[in-house]
Amino acid sequence: MYRFSHKDLLGMEQLSVSDINMILDTADTFMEISSRDIKKVPTLRGKSVISFFYEPSTRTKASFEMAAKRLSADTISLSARDSSMVKGETLIDTARNLQAMNPDIIILRHPSSGAPHLLARYVDAGVINAGDGTHEHPSQALLDLFTIRKKKGRIKGLRVVIVGDIAHSRVARSNIIGLRKMGAELTISGPPTMIPADAESLGVKVVLDPAKALKGKDVIMILRIQLERQSGVLFPSLREYSLVFGLNAELTKGAKKDVIIMHPGPINRGVEITGDLADGPSSVILDQVRNGVAVRMALLYLLIGGGRFDNLG
Amino acid sequence: MITWVKGGEVVDPRRGTKRALDIVIRKGKIEGILPPGDFSPSSDTELHIIDASGMMVTPGLIDMHVHFREPGEEYKETIASGSQAAAAGGFTAVACMPNTNPINDSRSVTEFVLERARKANLVRVYPVAAISKGLKGESLTEFGDLKNAGAVAVSDDGRPVTNTELMRRAIEYAWFFHLPVISHCEDLDLSNKGVMHEGSISTRLGLRGIPAASEEIMVVREILLAKLTGYPVHISHVSTEGSVKFIKQAKEEGIPVTAETAPHYFSLDHTAVIDFDSNAKMYPPLREPKDVEALKRGLSEGVIDVIATDHAPHSALEKDVEFDKAAFGIIGLETALPLTLALVREGVMDLPMAIAKLSYNPASILNIKGGIIEEGKEADLTIIDPNREYVIKRDSFRSKGHNSPFIGFRMKGKAVITMVGGRVVWKSDELNPSS
Repeated sequence: MYRFSHKDLLGMEQLSVSDINMILDTADTFMEISSRDIKKVPTLRGKSVISFFYEPSTRTKASFEMAAKRLSADTISLSARDSSMVKGETLIDTARNLQAMNPDIIILRHPSSGAPHLLARYVDAGVINAGDGTHEHPSQALLDLFTIRKKKGRIKGLRVVIVGDIAHSRVARSNIIGLRKMGAELTISGPPTMIPADAESLGVKVVLDPAKALKGKDVIMILRIQLERQSGVLFPSLREYSLVFGLNAELTKGAKKDVIIMHPGPINRGVEITGDLADGPSSVILDQVRNGVAVRMALLYLLIGGGRFDNLG
Repeated sequence: MITWVKGGEVVDPRRGTKRALDIVIRKGKIEGILPPGDFSPSSDTELHIIDASGMMVTPGLIDMHVHFREPGEEYKETIASGSQAAAAGGFTAVACMPNTNPINDSRSVTEFVLERARKANLVRVYPVAAISKGLKGESLTEFGDLKNAGAVAVSDDGRPVTNTELMRRAIEYAWFFHLPVISHCEDLDLSNKGVMHEGSISTRLGLRGIPAASEEIMVVREILLAKLTGYPVHISHVSTEGSVKFIKQAKEEGIPVTAETAPHYFSLDHTAVIDFDSNAKMYPPLREPKDVEALKRGLSEGVIDVIATDHAPHSALEKDVEFDKAAFGIIGLETALPLTLALVREGVMDLPMAIAKLSYNPASILNIKGGIIEEGKEADLTIIDPNREYVIKRDSFRSKGHNSPFIGFRMKGKAVITMVGGRVVWKSDELNPSS
């Protein structure tokens, strides 16, 4: 008999297909709560959740906190600015101090790949990776899987393309792992400077030219171009990037008629995607955000409860 | 007093032989090397017998690449603690890299290192001085004065000499003093602040990669400089298939290059990093299985002359942090011998060849004594139990550093006695020699 048995969510790598289905199914039941008039259930009453963001974040942080609050958990949020890291404390010391307060879950966003793995070795609390460096961002991938499943009714067999800075994207990495596990066919596309070494080892097809890469696709995932990467080494200018690799109406014509366009946000309008496409009928960008709360509720519920609670309110 | 090393299998790396011989030591020197049964001490001689039956007796091992952190970072290692680690690993001599604080770019630091080594009084410690003042890569240190003070080589190890003109002049100028030049090969721009090997694992972990070419570009540069000047260059810590290929080709053309690799490069590959284990982080990084195979071929074909540890102790402060923030480097003195013996069992090299890379060859490159067992020479010996099996434990290191990726590994083969100038500086607890 299957049972969700993880304490931490460090990456998509650790999840089995059954785990992913369990999370998505649980999220389905939580979707309804978010549409209620009183959007709160007592499921995690008395549990405490610390969200700890070493990097700025609006969407992910708000989404996790909203999810925790809707489940009646007590939440505290810390950011790098008010953490003692600026006073020179190491991550491990911070972890030990947080652990001393006995939280149930610590949600960590950190600029170093692998930081949540380090944290998890030093705390008893469950650790959720809310984005580590250029490694993984599993809750984003899960909400993307959820969105795709909702829109398309399935994931298996879908043809998905991810366009942009694959090498430096934790969203891409987690989505590649998750989508592969769920049986989607994956293509990545973008300037060669942003395709990681040995990319095929991830189980994807590399098609550099976006026009070719988009052909016949069910799902287009556009990655944010990080403005801070504009050193002129990876690509010469935002202008040229948007001309060659930016998603526009012309490019999407090659994709399937019912293609959905996804973006993890925040969008640079007119750079990686034109404004009209982002707001157009194929775009599911706001669905992603909406679904994010339900998926994160499911994560908190499963990680804290280990599937032991049956009262979903 | 006479010490009689009795019943062992004596390995002579210079002749490539392994024979049952007894060794007789008096006043710190080897007095006789005799077939078993030939030695008959007179009855009034004070005799110390070391029962080496079932053991291998080799020249004292020499590690030409260690970081003992003193002066400046004594919390990581001192010359005393490093010497203990060396002795416990079977090493009777080490060469200390100059990236201390202050940097060993002057007579006073070289003399300080030697003074500390004298106080530690365990193994022979040979200082390597910096090529450039302050390791800045701008101007040469005083090679002549440093040599007179006791430096045996020059290197900016830890950093490449990025200025090719300066490197050329260093190679030329060092030749006047017969000081070997040891090169840390890395193109820093291409390394681009990478933290592990660039390949499928760095892609999977989202860690910044260091391409193999970052090392190879500089290996080729050093080969071309050796060819241009006609003077030798020694390449440190070779880690890639390409480097082995280029060095092999250079040697075939008669270009005077020598090369070393470290045990971790022929024992592990980049998959060791998968759990973000900072004990698998070092420069150059652990590479791919094809590189591991190429290094083994390089060792077996004599392309790689030396096995050196690049012993780089760090404390928890530098290692128990996020992977990309962790310091580069691992300790190696206490694991090098069993890892090398594993290659012998695997058939990569025979035992005399393996021991040559750990003794005779580094001694020749550095022009220091040791590396041979011969009458009249200093009695620097390592007695090895080739069958001793044990598990590497975190708290079993003599080094102050515990930053080893081999913790938990099952090893076979151990130095049970390390002897420097006839004096036993290390004896394994479990050894029970009759005397």
